[in-house]
Amino acid sequence: MSATAAHADDHDHGAPIGFVRRWLYSTNHKDIGTMYIIFGGIGGIVGLLMSIYMRMELQAPGLQYMTDGNVWNVLVTAHGLVMVFFFVMPVVISGFGNWFVPLMIGAPDMAFPRMNNISFWLMPPALILLVLSMFVEGTGGAPGVGAGWTIYPPLSSAPQTGMAMDLAIFSLHLAGASSILGAANFITTVFNMRAPGMTLHRMPLFVWSVLVTAFLLLLAVPVLAGAITMLLTDRNFGTSFFDAAGGGDPVLFLHLFWFFGHPEVYIMILPAFGIVSQIVSTFSRKPVFGYLGMAYAMVAIGFVGFIVWAHHMYTVGLDVDTRAYFTAATMVIAVPTGVKIFSWIATMWGGSISFKLPMMWSLALIILFTIGGVTGVVLSNAGIDMTLHNTYFVIGHFHYVLSMGALFGIFAGIYFWFPKMTGYHYSEKLGNLHFWLTFIGVNLTFFPMHFSGLAGMPRRYIDYPDAFEGWNYVSSIGSYVSGIASIVFLFLVWEAFSAKRKAEDNPWGEGADTLEWTVSSPPPFHTFNEQPKFN
Amino acid sequence: MRVVTGFRAPLAFTVVALLLLVAAPVMASQPTPWQLNFQDFVTPVGALVDDFHTLLLVVEFGIAIFVFLLLAYTCYRFRAASNPNPSKTTHNTLIEVLWTVIPVVILVIIAVPSFKLLYFMDKAENPDMTIKVTANQWYWDYEYPDQEGLTFSSTMLDAEDAKAAGDPRLLGVDNPLVVPVGQNIQVLVTSNDVMHSFFVPSLAVQIYGISGRANETWMRIDKAGTYYGQCNQICGVNHSFMPIKVIAMEEAEYAQWLLKAKQEFAMDNPSPELKLAAASQ
Repeated sequence: MSATAAHADDHDHGAPIGFVRRWLYSTNHKDIGTMYIIFGGIGGIVGLLMSIYMRMELQAPGLQYMTDGNVWNVLVTAHGLVMVFFFVMPVVISGFGNWFVPLMIGAPDMAFPRMNNISFWLMPPALILLVLSMFVEGTGGAPGVGAGWTIYPPLSSAPQTGMAMDLAIFSLHLAGASSILGAANFITTVFNMRAPGMTLHRMPLFVWSVLVTAFLLLLAVPVLAGAITMLLTDRNFGTSFFDAAGGGDPVLFLHLFWFFGHPEVYIMILPAFGIVSQIVSTFSRKPVFGYLGMAYAMVAIGFVGFIVWAHHMYTVGLDVDTRAYFTAATMVIAVPTGVKIFSWIATMWGGSISFKLPMMWSLALIILFTIGGVTGVVLSNAGIDMTLHNTYFVIGHFHYVLSMGALFGIFAGIYFWFPKMTGYHYSEKLGNLHFWLTFIGVNLTFFPMHFSGLAGMPRRYIDYPDAFEGWNYVSSIGSYVSGIASIVFLFLVWEAFSAKRKAEDNPWGEGADTLEWTVSSPPPFHTFNEQPKFN
Repeated sequence: MRVVTGFRAPLAFTVVALLLLVAAPVMASQPTPWQLNFQDFVTPVGALVDDFHTLLLVVEFGIAIFVFLLLAYTCYRFRAASNPNPSKTTHNTLIEVLWTVIPVVILVIIAVPSFKLLYFMDKAENPDMTIKVTANQWYWDYEYPDQEGLTFSSTMLDAEDAKAAGDPRLLGVDNPLVVPVGQNIQVLVTSNDVMHSFFVPSLAVQIYGISGRANETWMRIDKAGTYYGQCNQICGVNHSFMPIKVIAMEEAEYAQWLLKAKQEFAMDNPSPELKLAAASQ
């Protein structure tokens, strides 16, 4: 991807002066990207603290720190919602997407900069509503939404005096509207604002990943919006979409939820795939192997992602033929995912690999995502899933693809683009410490969950039979290690900003051949005064 | 290939670990400390699940170890120090076809036993008896429609009572579900309120209880014994505290139990005195 890019100016002409004008009124893709990443980081810390509190509770049998199951259920729910909607999505799609999609395709900004502003500013109220829901009366007369992030009725629609669930629904409405607007913006930007010569088939794979993700968002999120709106009217206006007593069916909600929910997991992982593709190619000093295969593997994953939703529902009483279909369709996903894994390795094959931090995170992602992938193949089989559904095996599986897939993708991206975004170098030593602590921490936390799950430990339990103590203890220790790792990371960020080691335009050498490395670090407020052209 | 021999020792170790994992002697009707694999299955469905899972374990470990070794070799062989000049190869049609087709073949190999298991576990061909399970917040109702509608509720014992009754903490109940061994039992599951899931790992039985639906599954317990399970779908504050205890008895013993139970649970809702009497027996 050779580019003869125009060099942008170094000085920040055009940046509005004053905090309110610069940030609240922002229409600049880099500033909005920065706000998304900071916002997501706050969400991530909140979600992490919740998970550590939960692991403290589960460290030993019996009730340790929490008073009853309501507190537990509320935390389980909030941890899931916060991590999905207020950490992974803001950082990986909106954050990195806003920052680097325009830079990579040579566009001066997003297609709809003001819509970009409202996309971001819908998120803080959404988070506030979700946090508020934790302090308003909800399930069982106790404060908070205790129905799990999947909010299945009738538990979520049962007549309650309090408004916790309604607040959570409004929170998801706002977050969903934000996602839909953002998705429309990305699609328009990628289709209309590429620099001359940058055809669709020459776009960096990260841009491809964001494009596919944006389509998934645009098609999946409205279904969630519809489902939770029906839930809202069931709760407040006497409808009975999901109430058997009124001719409705709770299982309908499950179908709608997972029609959104399954694409949602690809929404979280596909941008991470894109980031890893950029990094593996950069640090192997070799173009991506099988570029078209890689791009269309993501398209295939996105497409198949829409026709496999009921594999989350094998135990709800689906017809056996339906289960057979969803088993087969789900297994198909392993093929394009395998293409991606092998193409990454093939990209490295014959390369000249340097093991800088972004590459370390990417390699770890490839290994750990493979583990999450093979346990996914196990769970795709309805016959086995009848025994593993809702056990800790499932918790282990999806944290391997999210907590080690999406999260490692996020950190790979942060370590890759940190010098570009901030203009400063981070400390390699601290970065290595952070990487290894996280790597050990997450594996220690989540690998034993496969064992507990096989032994039959159900999820969303505040207290478990004493036999499960051993592996739970190990998991808890692991989560503390991950917690310490996060402190190291925050320290790394602070250290980088206070040491002020200036980063060059392209700190990664000739392997980094996408357009963002042709502008200064940090890039000027307005990039590409002259439109870049591609040969 | 010379480099690969360097990996032989860890490979051998992993294979041994894998075999241990498959053959781990964790046979129990309840979870045991540091357990690695399934509980000991006692139903024909469970036996198939176990066999199929063993196949899956081999495939899982095979793929994971292959990817890991390939990645490790690539990292070692093509590190910047030993390969300063990268190649520019970006295509190889043969290998791209291979890594698409081989996974498909592996999936087909998995799919055959998977479908066999799925269709076998769906419904009992000719059920000998039926049990209706109704979930409530936070206890189970068991009904024997073939036995003049014998019905009783099953609630968790607290820690002291469980200890006295010889049950593990959180798994003991006042009135367990009692079934005969060797019979094909149709199990119908529904709910009176929110969703619950009737889950007994050692019987390989799990199905949601949903209001307005009667979900069906089946079991045939081939070994007399006590088997524990728990509710497995979040159902409110006491989700963690509505266990399932299944006792499988020989035919004669079961007949005796039936006689006694019919007296004991003569009314659909036994009075507290009767419940107390049942608990003390």
